[in-house]
Amino acid sequence: MIAILARKLFYACLSLIVLSMLTFVLVRIIPGDPFQQEQALPEEIYHALRHTYGLDAPIHSQYINYITNLCSLRLGPSLVYHKQDVAEIIGHSFPTSALLGGEALALAIPVGIFLGLWSAFYQHGWQNSLTHILAIIGISVPSFILGTLLQYFLAVKLQLFPIACWGSFSQTILPAISLGALPAAFIARITGANMIEELKQGYITTARAKGLPEYRIIWRHALKNILIPLLSYIGPLSAHTLTGAFIIEKIYGIPGLGYWFVNSVSNRDYPLIMGITLFYCTLLLTISLAVDALSLMIDPRLAKAAKNNRGVV
Amino acid sequence: MISPSSTFWQKIWFYFKSNRLAIFSGWLLIVFIMLAITVPFLSSYSYYDVNLSIKNQPPSPNHWFGTDDLGRDIFVRIWYGARISFFVGIAAACIDLVIGALWGGIAALAGGKLDEIMMRFVDILSALPSLLITITLIVALGSGLHTIIIALSVLGWFTMARIVRGQLLKIKQQEYVLAARALGANFWRILFRHLFPNAVGPILVTLTLTIPSAIFTEAFLSYLGLGVQAPIASWGTMANEGLPAMEYYPWRLWVPATFISLTLLAFHIIGDGLNDAITQVTEYRETS
Repeated sequence: MIAILARKLFYACLSLIVLSMLTFVLVRIIPGDPFQQEQALPEEIYHALRHTYGLDAPIHSQYINYITNLCSLRLGPSLVYHKQDVAEIIGHSFPTSALLGGEALALAIPVGIFLGLWSAFYQHGWQNSLTHILAIIGISVPSFILGTLLQYFLAVKLQLFPIACWGSFSQTILPAISLGALPAAFIARITGANMIEELKQGYITTARAKGLPEYRIIWRHALKNILIPLLSYIGPLSAHTLTGAFIIEKIYGIPGLGYWFVNSVSNRDYPLIMGITLFYCTLLLTISLAVDALSLMIDPRLAKAAKNNRGVV
Repeated sequence: MISPSSTFWQKIWFYFKSNRLAIFSGWLLIVFIMLAITVPFLSSYSYYDVNLSIKNQPPSPNHWFGTDDLGRDIFVRIWYGARISFFVGIAAACIDLVIGALWGGIAALAGGKLDEIMMRFVDILSALPSLLITITLIVALGSGLHTIIIALSVLGWFTMARIVRGQLLKIKQQEYVLAARALGANFWRILFRHLFPNAVGPILVTLTLTIPSAIFTEAFLSYLGLGVQAPIASWGTMANEGLPAMEYYPWRLWVPATFISLTLLAFHIIGDGLNDAITQVTEYRETS
């Protein structure tokens, strides 16, 4: 198990290095300049600025410089927001996104799993069809339309919730619902489909023959066996949701990570783009490693399969 | 009726047509496509004519879906936008299909180190923030329809590649592949004549689901103001333009929003129905 995880960790680090190079080159290919946004600067100030931030050096030495700084955990200063450090910006915008994403997940995971189990429990009844349709609607209606819809009817028309901004708990409810609907629909679908497959297994027939009630079979016997596909979906999903959904943040005026990312790209704020991208990818890779570790712990068969068939897992 | 001599597609059609919702969605999309083709020709309004004396009118017998802030008829703009959205969706899905199927197919059949390298490449690319790639492309190539399609193709083929690879890994172990190899069939012949035809079900389902995801991404980008430029309208740009007027002229937002949602819903229902039908046919084949 340790060997498998070590291998995955090695690949994760490799991915991160390649990714950092790609992003580094990509952001410098974009035409435009962090210092020439609104008004043109005098020639000598412009060159002095570029020199101060090391942008006049050749690209490979800029990269080496950046990585050296990164190793001592320095992400560098923002080129556009004066006296703000990239780490500082991430430090105060990530908690906002994480809170929003956390609420969305706290809503999506129980609702999704419940709907999925419910549809499997009544797999020949209207409950299954209803969940099926609900899930398709949840997957189809884009989050930006759902967000606007909720904002218009519940906040503007009925005035049940604040329209936008960030601060109090009631302001987090609508964005969390808009953000959580899609994952909830996916989780419901995956749970339902896997559960219905699992209920065809022999040991379930045995449990039924023993006279166990169906809900107990699902809850105590089958649920454990569908945890792995669920985990491998929920893991990356959490990373996506926690780092912020730009469009929801835009609709509700929330100062999260997504907002800063889009700003940094349109401002060509190179260190900020790099910082947020690397932060996001590190989070994603860490979570997917954690999911792999958890899956291996839950199901020892996986470790055996990985040993027998290297490269596939 | 279904009989043992029915072909694969006849059996799929047999199961698919019993799914009323999917059939209804199919008809809905056909109607949408017909309207998208005909309305911009037949209507007395055009999608770009500005007439400020009739701006922001609510839906009426003259203007079925009302008019926007420049007095343009929303009904015509919706069907003109449908052309853009469907074109983007289908074009991007076709490009994804070609790149993704080839990439996943080659990786799966070659196996070993090449497979490892190719799939790592997919993993790394799919971890790049999509917004960064899109904005880079838009700034580099200029905004417009072709850039959107290129951006969607660059970002969209990973899913197809992963699914094709997963599917081919399952079937490449079977005897007929071994037999073909023993008879001297080369790499490409095995890939195109033996493996792809046997993976056509999952490929088709993924394709049906790629179209709505491309339409969604186009709408999303246009909603952010990164999409096609005025006076061309896509559903996303129309929703984006209607957003600030949400409170006073709500139809300007809700009409395009409804069409985006309905179209995505219809494609998903069809994809889902197709998936169910294919599952039933393969299970029927395995048990009989």
